[in-house]
Amino acid sequence: MMTGKNRGKLTLGPVLFNWAPEVWRDFYFRIADEADVDIVYLGETVCLKRMPFIEPHLADVAGRLEAAGKEIVFSTLALVMNVQERKALAAIAGGNDSGGGDYCVEANDIAALGALAGRAHVIGPYVNVYNEDTLAHLARGGARRICLPPELPESAMEPLGKAAKSSDVELEVFAFGRMPLAVSARCYHARSHNLSKDNCQFVCDQDKDGLALKTLDDEDFLAINGIQTMSHSVQNLLPDLRRLDILGISHFRLSPHSCDMVQVAHLFRKVLDGAMDADEASGGLAQSGFGAPFCNGYLHGQAGKDWQKRL
Amino acid sequence: MSVLELVCPAGTPASLRTAVDAGADAVYAGFNDETNARNFPGLNFNRRELGQSISYAHDHGAKVLVAVNSFARAGAPGPWRHAIDDAARLGADAVIVADIGVAAYTAGAHPDLRLHLSVQASASSPEAIRYYIEAFGVKRVVLPRVLNVPEIAALNAQIDCETEVFVFGGLCVMAEGRCSLSSYITGKSPNMNGVCSPASHVAYDEEDGEMVSRLGGFTINRFGADETAGYPTLCKGRFSSGGKASYVFEDPVSLNAIDVLPDIYKAGVTALKIEGRQRGRAYIRKVVEDFRRAVDALEADAPMPAQDLDHLSEGQAQTAGAYKKIWR
Repeated sequence: MMTGKNRGKLTLGPVLFNWAPEVWRDFYFRIADEADVDIVYLGETVCLKRMPFIEPHLADVAGRLEAAGKEIVFSTLALVMNVQERKALAAIAGGNDSGGGDYCVEANDIAALGALAGRAHVIGPYVNVYNEDTLAHLARGGARRICLPPELPESAMEPLGKAAKSSDVELEVFAFGRMPLAVSARCYHARSHNLSKDNCQFVCDQDKDGLALKTLDDEDFLAINGIQTMSHSVQNLLPDLRRLDILGISHFRLSPHSCDMVQVAHLFRKVLDGAMDADEASGGLAQSGFGAPFCNGYLHGQAGKDWQKRL
Repeated sequence: MSVLELVCPAGTPASLRTAVDAGADAVYAGFNDETNARNFPGLNFNRRELGQSISYAHDHGAKVLVAVNSFARAGAPGPWRHAIDDAARLGADAVIVADIGVAAYTAGAHPDLRLHLSVQASASSPEAIRYYIEAFGVKRVVLPRVLNVPEIAALNAQIDCETEVFVFGGLCVMAEGRCSLSSYITGKSPNMNGVCSPASHVAYDEEDGEMVSRLGGFTINRFGADETAGYPTLCKGRFSSGGKASYVFEDPVSLNAIDVLPDIYKAGVTALKIEGRQRGRAYIRKVVEDFRRAVDALEADAPMPAQDLDHLSEGQAQTAGAYKKIWR
């Protein structure tokens, strides 16, 4: 059993890819009906141009998830630059152009923090929280949970865990999925198709888990997702869940992929509950996954692509 | 002080003096440790060197801005706090910070020390910049290289703070401070270690008549006999997607905004920044002198003087980067 006071919670991060709207909707309907996750993050975090596709289904999806007892958090864009992106941010986070809702918001760009000040909110993995001073400052502004950047090593978790406790903040880590590694003003998906961002023809909808980027030696390397660059390997913190729980990490984020996410959640839940060992669960994860190798190197202070199966 | 403040890099006391002598209004520099984003072997200043360099700059009418712009390590804020304390003690004209924790420390411990927000903070909107102004009293923001010139103009109209933009040198194609590509394959990142694509993880191998550059064991590029083998900076590599090999992120080019300098000036920018603390004195002298002439021409409302900086650029090719919308 986990040693923490409360049982570790599973969260489902926002869908990062440009899935067909009905696929996106049905994915969440199934999550609502079948997945053992506590919290679901909803919204477009990568590219504003995709937002009109999911908007018609957002209310239905949120309603279904809430009816199923899931806590919902609305995630903002990770990179806010132009007027349209700022308006979209204001519509979610509140601010001058809108009153903001009574729902919880995950800030993925510092631009959201002014509007969220004094209101309980979540800090997403795109905001740089590397140390206790940053954590304490964000907590004073109303942050109640912080999803740490994937790059952070375990050695940072202990001091951050202590700081989180004294600031009454929950900590979350990116536990499953291709890791977001970079964002850019430029769309690499469009660029790989010889298109510009403004005239992208939404080619990112062709790659449900990202566009494979290989080296010239044909080695798997990275994945492109619009303006975002991701790891090729899939973060898998199953072997690390128990230690992270002891260090004060209470929430574990599963990032949606086209594989069976209900089964992914089931395996993480089993390991968190001490009902399955990590090796066995990782075997199950490999079967329900989409073929990319696992990694957890960042946590071990190594290259992010590395994989440490040890316990 | 000129119409636009020319902010120039220095990785050694000698290059700092060179930059000042060549016409820099301000020089930026860092301590020789992990507290700044150019933590390269043999580069940067110890405390005594920085103190002497600040005296030299001040004696010649130039400012010194001290970059403390990596992200403080959890459990060990000491080096970052000492860097801020020592910059203040040595008479720095400003510190350049990226980390919210370091900014909070600076604002609390040294409320009179001028605070600049590093490009590594990736503050790309009025809302983000206002957050840093209100929280820490930031006086100047170094803008991320993601905005085009009309966006910079619009931004300046909406914030109560100076802006500084990059005009020459290395070009991050990712939003700065929000990129972990380097650490994904080497374990070392700009945010945590002050390095990107570190030389310690670079290898060049000759294979079948081609020069292969690798980083962390991954092939970043293959150069034929007719190509110059460049440094394997991860985002400037040649990769394959959909069976097609290309410079997926960016060609091996560097930034030169000389053509859009008049527009940048009209956009209300306060300062122009030249990248390259790792560069030698000859490079610094040439680039600073050329941009000095360009800024002086702007001030005199004269045509932009001709430049011949191509041979100093990465891959000997240049781009105006995100300043022109077509880049995206």
